[in-house]
Amino acid sequence: MDALLNEFRHREAHYNSRRNFLRQGAMGLGGLALGSLLGCGNKARVPDTDAGENTMKTALHYAPRAKRVIYLHMAGAPSQLELFDYKPALEKLDGQPCPPSLLAGKRFAFIQGTPMMLGPQANFRQHGQSGAYVSDLLPHFSEVADEVAFLKAVHTEEFNHAPAQLLMQTGSPRPGRPSFGSWVTYGLGSENDNLPGFIVLASGGRNPSAGKKLWGSGFLPSIHQGVQCRTAGDPILYLSDPDGMSRDLRGHSIAAINEINRRQYEAVGDPETLTRIRQYEMAFKMQVSVPEVMDIEKEPDYIHAMYGTEPGKSSFANNCLLARRLVESGVRFVQLYDWGWDAHGSDRSTSLEEGLPAQCRGIDRPMAALIKDLKQRGLLEDTLVVWGGEFGRTPMRENRGGVEMPYLGRDHHGEAFTMWMAGGGVKPGVVYGETDEIGYAGVRDRAHVHDVQATVLQLLGFDHERFTYPFQGRHFRLTDVAGTAIRELMA
Amino acid sequence: MQRLVWLFVMVVLAACQEERAVSFNEHIRPIFNEKCIGCHGGVKQAGGFGLVFRENALRKTESGKFAIVPGQPGRSEIIARVRHEDEALRMPYDAKPLSEAEIRLLETWIDEGAEWEEHWAYQPPVKPEVPIVNGKQPLHAIDAFVQASLVEKGLSPAPAAQKRELLRRVGFDLTGLPAPDALADAFLNDLISYEALVDSLLARPSYGEHQAAKWMELARYADSRGYERDRPRSIWRYRDWVVAAFNDDLPYADFVTHQLAGDLLPEPTEDQLVATGFHRNTQSNGEGGTENEEYRVAAVIDRVNTTWEVFQGTTMACVQCHAHPYDPITHEEYYTSYALFNNTVDHDHVTEAPLLRTLYAADEAKYKSLQDWLREHAEAEAKTQLREWRELIKIREPRLRPDVFEDVVGGVFTARADEDFLYLSPNNSFALPRRDFSDVAALHLDIRPMAAGSLEVRLDGPEGAVIAEQTLDKDRQRFPHARLPIEVPGGTHALYIVARGEKDGKIVAVNAIGYEPKLPGAKEPGVEQIEAYIADLLAAEDSITTPVMVETSGPSRRKNHLFERGNWLVHGKEVTGGVPKLLDGAKQTKVENRLDFARWLTSPDQPLTSRVAVNRAWAQLFGIGLVATLEDVGSQGAKPTHRELLDYLATEFSGPLEWSTKALLRQIALSDTYKQSSEAGPQLLARDPNNELLARGPRKRLSAEEIRDQALAVSGLLSPKRGGPGVMPPQPDGLWNNIPYSDIEWVTSTGEDRYRRALYTYLRRSSIHPGMTTFDASNRELCLSRRTITNTPLQALMTLNDPAYLEVADKLADKVAPLPDVPAQIDGLYQLMLRRPAAPEEQRILSTLYRKAYAEGQDSHEALTVVATALLNIDEFLTTS
Repeated sequence: MDALLNEFRHREAHYNSRRNFLRQGAMGLGGLALGSLLGCGNKARVPDTDAGENTMKTALHYAPRAKRVIYLHMAGAPSQLELFDYKPALEKLDGQPCPPSLLAGKRFAFIQGTPMMLGPQANFRQHGQSGAYVSDLLPHFSEVADEVAFLKAVHTEEFNHAPAQLLMQTGSPRPGRPSFGSWVTYGLGSENDNLPGFIVLASGGRNPSAGKKLWGSGFLPSIHQGVQCRTAGDPILYLSDPDGMSRDLRGHSIAAINEINRRQYEAVGDPETLTRIRQYEMAFKMQVSVPEVMDIEKEPDYIHAMYGTEPGKSSFANNCLLARRLVESGVRFVQLYDWGWDAHGSDRSTSLEEGLPAQCRGIDRPMAALIKDLKQRGLLEDTLVVWGGEFGRTPMRENRGGVEMPYLGRDHHGEAFTMWMAGGGVKPGVVYGETDEIGYAGVRDRAHVHDVQATVLQLLGFDHERFTYPFQGRHFRLTDVAGTAIRELMA
Repeated sequence: MQRLVWLFVMVVLAACQEERAVSFNEHIRPIFNEKCIGCHGGVKQAGGFGLVFRENALRKTESGKFAIVPGQPGRSEIIARVRHEDEALRMPYDAKPLSEAEIRLLETWIDEGAEWEEHWAYQPPVKPEVPIVNGKQPLHAIDAFVQASLVEKGLSPAPAAQKRELLRRVGFDLTGLPAPDALADAFLNDLISYEALVDSLLARPSYGEHQAAKWMELARYADSRGYERDRPRSIWRYRDWVVAAFNDDLPYADFVTHQLAGDLLPEPTEDQLVATGFHRNTQSNGEGGTENEEYRVAAVIDRVNTTWEVFQGTTMACVQCHAHPYDPITHEEYYTSYALFNNTVDHDHVTEAPLLRTLYAADEAKYKSLQDWLREHAEAEAKTQLREWRELIKIREPRLRPDVFEDVVGGVFTARADEDFLYLSPNNSFALPRRDFSDVAALHLDIRPMAAGSLEVRLDGPEGAVIAEQTLDKDRQRFPHARLPIEVPGGTHALYIVARGEKDGKIVAVNAIGYEPKLPGAKEPGVEQIEAYIADLLAAEDSITTPVMVETSGPSRRKNHLFERGNWLVHGKEVTGGVPKLLDGAKQTKVENRLDFARWLTSPDQPLTSRVAVNRAWAQLFGIGLVATLEDVGSQGAKPTHRELLDYLATEFSGPLEWSTKALLRQIALSDTYKQSSEAGPQLLARDPNNELLARGPRKRLSAEEIRDQALAVSGLLSPKRGGPGVMPPQPDGLWNNIPYSDIEWVTSTGEDRYRRALYTYLRRSSIHPGMTTFDASNRELCLSRRTITNTPLQALMTLNDPAYLEVADKLADKVAPLPDVPAQIDGLYQLMLRRPAAPEEQRILSTLYRKAYAEGQDSHEALTVVATALLNIDEFLTTS
């Protein structure tokens, strides 16, 4: 099996991407010929010469528990101490100077000198049968606490946003590596023939700090890069036909292009020409299927009520509903980024008093709805939902420039933070890992970012150490040179 | 099959009894690399046994046995283990056993002394003899090598391509554009020869632009800094330098040297300084809270990796952290390279310093007067003084930064992001390192006042005598170059800078301090004028600034350490500059700085420099290198398809061709091999899908840049304007809106700037123009040697729907509209776009499309536009064949 996989990768690496799109591309399975769409008996029949596709599909290392992923990334890094990691002891230390032992040899982004400890700024209660602590800032999410597995002691070396986001999403803090979704679509191909395999949706008005690098394909062929669907303008760039061009005429144009290209193929014999014919058919179909799947207006009222969606707006809620629609249509990896979690306390919007509760209101109902909705459709079973930021926040109050700040806030902190996962083979109702009594560092079952990635890959059927791609003389993998899949999280 | 191989080995053995029968490179290394080295390599040495270095392989293993005993295969454990009956003990472990033939090869090799040989790519190329094919020598050496190998394989070359095809092919390959009308007509009508066509193309300015577009991917050029904020960077003069260097055919050896070490040349010209922008294309991180040293180190590492990949076809990503699992380059040697690049002044600072200033003409004249003065009055070492003053005026270096300030009392220095300053409150102080200040005429203070107050300069202590004072004017926020005259007695002293002010809290941010030398000829007439010029020059508003490389000096020099496991925070032993032993042979060349390194790279007998450049040129014309992996021609790369040809061209390039890139490309373009038709029958296609055997001509999809440029060219929209800052042709609205803390906007260019070559499109790393990335251009984060060509529906959507292409189609329709009827118009489009009339079938298909558009109510111009759009999307127009 390994040999097959290696051989396949080797071939691909060698002259990467000959007929890549057909082989294992996001949209490579196109069945419906354009002719049938147009009803004009176009003879566009493309021989499917590719064996690699099946190789990839059968070459999984484990029986997959999840077939697709929805990854909710809270850009800016939410505070675990206000959301999930309940620390009553920290409350008692509130306002006391931070002991030097917590500062010596550590690097912080903004804290200077001796900061004060800061108690939790939210109330916590236990929920469900698992008795997991969830903050009152997330009342709807509390209802689905039994569906999720919490990782309480995730850690990272990076303490700045862009590098930490890159580490989380590409396995390396420096730009240049393929992203999580690119690896997954590279490994699994697509389940549909008219949508990209890896779609990105951003809310909060801004892209995450590390920007498009977070869904880039790095050294993997560029078909594996995430496609950001926009809420304003064309959801995918250049999707709509020019003014005055009817669907029918567009169909005729593509038929003409493909007919000329077929003659070209017959004369020259380059298989790339055949691929091009297929891509034009695919493009034509995408022009219909993408706007359709992106249109949430036709969803029933109870669904809108459940998610808190408002059609036409750009919001995390809308994106959660879109995520469900996209996985339903066979998109392999849907990534949501929500901007606005960087609660330093330098102004009202980044304060723990006002900014954080507002952010929580933005995600609470929709993410709970997403889990319930996936479940009621039987999709949660093989759809893995992952939630987290790029690091956590300090149990100390931020004192940027060594002075007290106008609002309460916390600095970046990589030693310990909380993530959760649900569905797709994850054991529900589990709490994995524990931090010390002030939530500064993990004391039991710590999980590095690479461990989280290894776990997700394993749930999808990959041994993260054997899922590699040769580049610059090395076999690269998502988990770089580290990571262990966490079996305790798997059902 | 096995028997056959063995028979062959026996024959070989019999045939060359005199010499060693078995070659390490040819016979043994492939076995090791394929079967053994995964476990017995340079990093992982299972059982205490590794096969990368001979000394490891001959050591006693953990079992106490010797795996290899030279001359004694019978006593060598490796032989016993590969033959072992017990699967659990047999090597390779858990894999198919070696064949009998392979084992015999190993035995013979051990018997002959188990000598290691360097990989061919690490030995200097030797010019091979040009082969005789079928009893005669072809006219062109390239064809001799290619045809000799074709004969061996029972193949023959393809016939020559049609003139029209060849014209299209060579036009794009040399200039990235279809040949201009006059040239094309002359060639197609037999008025000029193919050779003359090639020479004309190489002489066109578009040649340099095309070469530069390719080089930009290697140089990871961008007009922005990368990471979160991705603020603008003004480094387009470097791009323009590359264009000019190619057009002037600057010898490749100089091209390499100027980019790596132009600043270290004895008397560098401004162009040579601009050339060092090559390594200022690294990303810098302006995100709040980022430690600048961390990202400086990241940039240096990128420079090392890029240098090795671009100039040596060697990927070093492994040895950054540990010994290379396959290549015999050591972890320590990586850091000897690192040491060469670790002592430049730039440090991920928000100012992007050091910057070369291009002065306005009036200021440049003053600068010239200053130079004349120095030449006339410098008593000794005029050269040194010229250099000092040039650096002071044009680059504002050297300067001391807070990391070397001493006795700092009360100041705050975090060296983070855009707060990389020493912040002083009243009565805070620091000292400049002790030295003899008697040759210093003034201090140059790069400071940012935040409140009213002053900075006192005191002698030998914070309470010492005040020798100068700088007033802080709180209204003047930016104060990059305050000039504060001082007069310090001879002998070693420390100067203390003390902040004074009324208000509590920070009153000034200190970025750096420089020393202005005393001007020679201080008592000569006219000195006042020169002094005034100096003041003007220091206060001059800058016109263009370009990041360049400047070597650190004095107390700012950095020590160099190995990073344990690649972690920059964990320093290992101290190292100094050098080059890997593997590539230097027994020469032990002294390489202490970037200039030494560049000279070593371009020295005769350097094994890789010329091969790598030649391989890249070959790939430019054929779409695939003689070694397919352009980024790695060494032991981890693909096997060369025509190694002798590679070595022949490499020795030509560095020898008779005197590193002329134009001559090299010319030589390749004139070969019959290049001129072959690219058509392939199913048999040949099945046998050689990637055209490694070169039994046909190249067929390639156009690059991202070529696709844009061609559309503009054939419609007559392309602007001939060259150089200058990046331009902003139309792109979909809002692409830059979501970039965090972004302070720049995409402002669509007007006039001819809308229609410039893709090379000039403003390249912002966090949101590159979709026309580039959709067609596989790199993201400019790291050096990219080879684009992966894909074929996707997003590309189709772009050339079908992008308003830029619609504008092109509209212009094309305009051009053919005057023609008498639709068939003539369709022919006209074909002529403009592909220089041929439409074939009857094409006429039929497109006339039908035209009629359908017309029937839908489009007017004749609109219907023609629909046809032109279709033609912009056909395979023939997107490829060269």
